[in-house]
Amino acid sequence: MRRAFATGNFAVAEGAMTAGLRFYAGYPITPSSEIFEYLAEELPKRGGVVVQMEDEIASINAVIGASWAGAKAMTATSGPGFSLMAEAIGLAVITETPVVIVNVMRAGPSTGAPTKTSQSDVFQARWASHGDYIVPVYAPWSVQEAYDLTIKAFNTAELLRTPVILLSDATIAHLWESLTIYDRGEVEVIERKIPKKVSDEPYPPHKPDEDLVPPMPIFGAGFKALVESLLHDEWGHYSPTNSVYHSLVKRLVDKVVKRLSYVYEQETRFCEDAEVLLVSYGSTARTVYLVIKELRKRGVRAGFLRLKTLWPLDEERIRSCCPNAKKVIVVENNIGKIYMDMSRIFRNQDVFPASVLSLELPTPSEVLEAVEPWL
Amino acid sequence: MALAMHVHPLDKHLRVKRLPTIFCSGCGIGIALSAMLRALDKRISEGSVNPNKVLWVSGIGCSGRAVLYLNYDVAHVLHGRAIPFAIGAVLANPELKAVVLGGDGDIAAIGGNHLIHAAKRNFDMVVVMITNFIYAMTGGQVAPTTPYGVYTTTTPAGNPEYPLNVIKLVGALNANYVARASVTTPHLIEQYFYKALAMRGFRFIEVVATCPEMFGRHIGLRDSVEMFSELKKRVVYRHRPSLEEAMIDWEKGIVIGEFVERNNPSFIELLRGVKK
Repeated sequence: MRRAFATGNFAVAEGAMTAGLRFYAGYPITPSSEIFEYLAEELPKRGGVVVQMEDEIASINAVIGASWAGAKAMTATSGPGFSLMAEAIGLAVITETPVVIVNVMRAGPSTGAPTKTSQSDVFQARWASHGDYIVPVYAPWSVQEAYDLTIKAFNTAELLRTPVILLSDATIAHLWESLTIYDRGEVEVIERKIPKKVSDEPYPPHKPDEDLVPPMPIFGAGFKALVESLLHDEWGHYSPTNSVYHSLVKRLVDKVVKRLSYVYEQETRFCEDAEVLLVSYGSTARTVYLVIKELRKRGVRAGFLRLKTLWPLDEERIRSCCPNAKKVIVVENNIGKIYMDMSRIFRNQDVFPASVLSLELPTPSEVLEAVEPWL
Repeated sequence: MALAMHVHPLDKHLRVKRLPTIFCSGCGIGIALSAMLRALDKRISEGSVNPNKVLWVSGIGCSGRAVLYLNYDVAHVLHGRAIPFAIGAVLANPELKAVVLGGDGDIAAIGGNHLIHAAKRNFDMVVVMITNFIYAMTGGQVAPTTPYGVYTTTTPAGNPEYPLNVIKLVGALNANYVARASVTTPHLIEQYFYKALAMRGFRFIEVVATCPEMFGRHIGLRDSVEMFSELKKRVVYRHRPSLEEAMIDWEKGIVIGEFVERNNPSFIELLRGVKK
């Protein structure tokens, strides 16, 4: 264990290396590039490979290929690059490839404001690619948590053989805070299952174990892997039938939902006596926490729910986190997206959107202004 | 007689349970694939290639389907993205011998940028592009290699574009090996692929193929044998031709041969600090 003074971007890079990162492919894009640059310095010293590809499409596809060759693999980008990676997220889903994709959010749409912060990609992170699937999404609110949730993202990816999205933003990316970096052995690091032995006979390589996750027959070990982007059965054979479609898509979803208690994380404060619950996540939650303390000084019984996992949501835990709250106010730096989830989940409370559309971290007065009409 | 076991000498390279293939009668992909497997078989039996380290990667299209019948590590990934997928796999495990197989649409149109940059890097892989002059799997739309003026389902007034000569494109970059063969010369496919397997860096082989079902239908050569004979008439072999000679013109002729042969350090060797 060692202490460092670091930005969120450095923390993501350090977290990835603690988790066992061996391959990074990327394309420069603000505000994520320091992750790439830092790894370009550090990862080769630890036996890993860092490569700059011709675009984000190549980067994510190389990362998926590297994962199949047995390496823990990651890429980092921002909105425009993440949009280009959309198709390959679906490839990682259907081929059950553990990869971590970091999206350091900046303001959009399109080229938007590259150096400025935003939380507008929270739905894109979930649904970037076409088709039915669930990918876990984590959103850190501090430099330390950028480190911790990067490790968690790798662990989730390896445990469930799924792509995992880490949603940082320009604020967290360039924020300097103290950081505790752990050595191997000081934190839990999960490795993917691989088949126990090479089979001489043909075998169904996509047949899952009880946890719904098949062992991963990585390349170069004699497993004769069959990585298939088409709808496939347990043998990896293309089979456009409803029975194969149902069993594959449901398993891909269920393997994540089944481990919801592992995947989903949240933090609550002041919920014991809270009558009004403020929900937030990522960098904006920093300001919201400050505002809640201010409101409590003024006598408002405000509680705090901070989502660390943005998808999938543990609706039961969210619903029961603050039993006496009559009102729920969702504060976020976008047009009010997670608000839509909360208004669905909190069926018996009044749920209000408190959107602050800002290119900077929302200030306490901006948050207060957005929250006060609903108090 | 009926009890006799018929085992094809290439069966051990195939997932035989999966046969027959989806390919149409008269399709050139099977000729190309069996020529490549004969070359690979030779490399394996002489001990210069470890079959457990061979990785076949393909994108989308008829040619992309070919790898699914191979009894190796195989990946059938996104349209156009076989090259970057293979790059990631090889960088993560440099012992892998990656072969990317795809059609001209997959490799040179949607995947064109990856092709350029893999060749520019002299990346450690063999890319075999099967050129059939048409998008066949999707039903006969115009391809980057479709000759000028040809009717396709998306160019009903005739193709207004001149075709892309992929050999000249890749030859202008930093590839160690650039060759073209035809399904009418399977011995050359075998010979070039055999040679490419033992080389370093980026190796590119274009295989000109027959597609009577789609391209043939558009140009009035719907009959498999007739299409094959017509292609055969157009193919001209040259010994070590220059890139300027790399003509691929359905009217004037298709020059095959080995256009570029170099021995420059590969991308991974350069990463490791090898200078020559």
